[in-house]
Amino acid sequence: MKILVPVKRAVDYNVKVRVRPDQTGVDLVNVKMSMNPFCEIAVEEAIRLKEKGAASEIVVVSIGPAQAQETIRTALAMGADRGVHVTADVTVEPLAVAKILKGVAEAESPELIILGKQAIDDDSNATGQMLAALMGLPQATFASAIEKTEAGVNVTREIDGGLQTLSMPTPAIITTDLRLNEPRYASLPNIMKAKRKPIDARTPDEFGVDITPRLDVLKVTAPPKRDAGVKVDSVADLVGRLKNEAGVL
Amino acid sequence: MAALVIAEHDNVTLNDATRAAVTAAIQIGGEVHVLVGGENCASVVQQAAKLTGVSKVLHADAPVLNRKLAEAMETVVLSVADGYQALLTPATASGKNFMPRIAARLDVMQISDITAVESADVFVRPIYAGNAMMTVKSSDAKKVITVRPTTFAKTGDEGAAGIETIDVPAPAVAARFVSEELSRSDRPELASAKIVISGGRGMGNSENFALLERVADKLNAAVGASRAAVDAGFAPNDYQVGQTGKVVAPELYIAVGISGAIQHLAGMKDSRIIVAINKDADAPIFSVADYGLVTDLFQAIPEFETELDKIGY
Repeated sequence: MKILVPVKRAVDYNVKVRVRPDQTGVDLVNVKMSMNPFCEIAVEEAIRLKEKGAASEIVVVSIGPAQAQETIRTALAMGADRGVHVTADVTVEPLAVAKILKGVAEAESPELIILGKQAIDDDSNATGQMLAALMGLPQATFASAIEKTEAGVNVTREIDGGLQTLSMPTPAIITTDLRLNEPRYASLPNIMKAKRKPIDARTPDEFGVDITPRLDVLKVTAPPKRDAGVKVDSVADLVGRLKNEAGVL
Repeated sequence: MAALVIAEHDNVTLNDATRAAVTAAIQIGGEVHVLVGGENCASVVQQAAKLTGVSKVLHADAPVLNRKLAEAMETVVLSVADGYQALLTPATASGKNFMPRIAARLDVMQISDITAVESADVFVRPIYAGNAMMTVKSSDAKKVITVRPTTFAKTGDEGAAGIETIDVPAPAVAARFVSEELSRSDRPELASAKIVISGGRGMGNSENFALLERVADKLNAAVGASRAAVDAGFAPNDYQVGQTGKVVAPELYIAVGISGAIQHLAGMKDSRIIVAINKDADAPIFSVADYGLVTDLFQAIPEFETELDKIGY
């Protein structure tokens, strides 16, 4: 079984971003970038399926500027087999990403495509579902457990109020939730080995995809700031204020 | 032109998040219709018909819609999508699951998790865990939108909409429902509770969460948790409040032993009143708290319970 894992280069999880004064976006100059955490979980899950003997090859694809190759190398160092880099120097919206990924998937014919459920930069939570619809495939979003079966996969999903398990034939699309696994760190020998793994260079045009955004960003602003209130001295003071001042008890 | 809101429900009760999506649809302008897709969901249809501002309810009833699996929802929504300029659904786990499929099939870029409607084609949505707000103008002919339920007022029950039963095309659904494991609780749902009390890593272990549960039962509150507490196994996954968990905006949010990582703040900073109880006076949670109490939570929580008793809880 071949697994395709799309990954996104995004701002590092620990960075607190700031809005640019001219309201055109957030300031990403000299900001640490990493693989989107949910994508890292997707790569890890693919590797675990391979280690269990359920998968034979893991192909990682990233759409973005030249630096997206570093993100692909990170996945290769974790244990993926080869990469595809689709060069794009502008922001590509989830719909166009899904269209490009469809092109990559048609060329690669994977049995499973595992993606992160959302990127922590634009927080859209849409690419996996869009890809599934464009390819006419079943989907299991927000996965917390994946089990390969003879005929396909069983996936446990995080839903409001608990967990849901679905069974589906492959090919299928899975998006990862936070607690599917804990991604490994790449070892130094594997980082060295990853440098020799092949990365195929492609462009959106080769897949016939127009990446012109559909959403015109008019402005990006800081959220309304919430000011710190008062420190209270005791629990009795707190309960008194909640009852008399705030009126919430 | 009209807007269609796809209702969130469990085949018996209309979920309140739907009311917020209806409010967003009213702000876009034009007629507002609601689609109730499910199995034996007539009671939900009756509830939806009473929603203020809704002129028509479409009722799609079929076994294949029982669990609202994404492929089935895609087929039924697409079968009626032609007549609408906007399709909306609340950004719940269910809405987030099926809505992007519909957007992709319509060749539309979805506008996820909107927090404000500026005009029929301009919307505000949070990015970077709510550390920035992006105002976007959609150039797509049809808008496909998920609505953050906590930022829109919930429409009332003064409507009297007509009901139309629609045929459900037989969708080819490859995914099969196996089982569901829902945490059973008499406490209100986290996303819609008026009071939420959440615990963080400072709770120490899962047994200590019982302290919070006792307070929650007194206040008829929901119990939440920070990512750190869930990761440590103190609380179930669906308790998580934050960027990648649930977004809540109750009247009162009590954060206990939570330091206040930006990802957690993203999920609760729109609460009306925020209380923080933490022994670390420098914890970032205090920067958003209306009332902060620097103390050991294991002393404070039992005392809180006693004080509540005194005022009649």
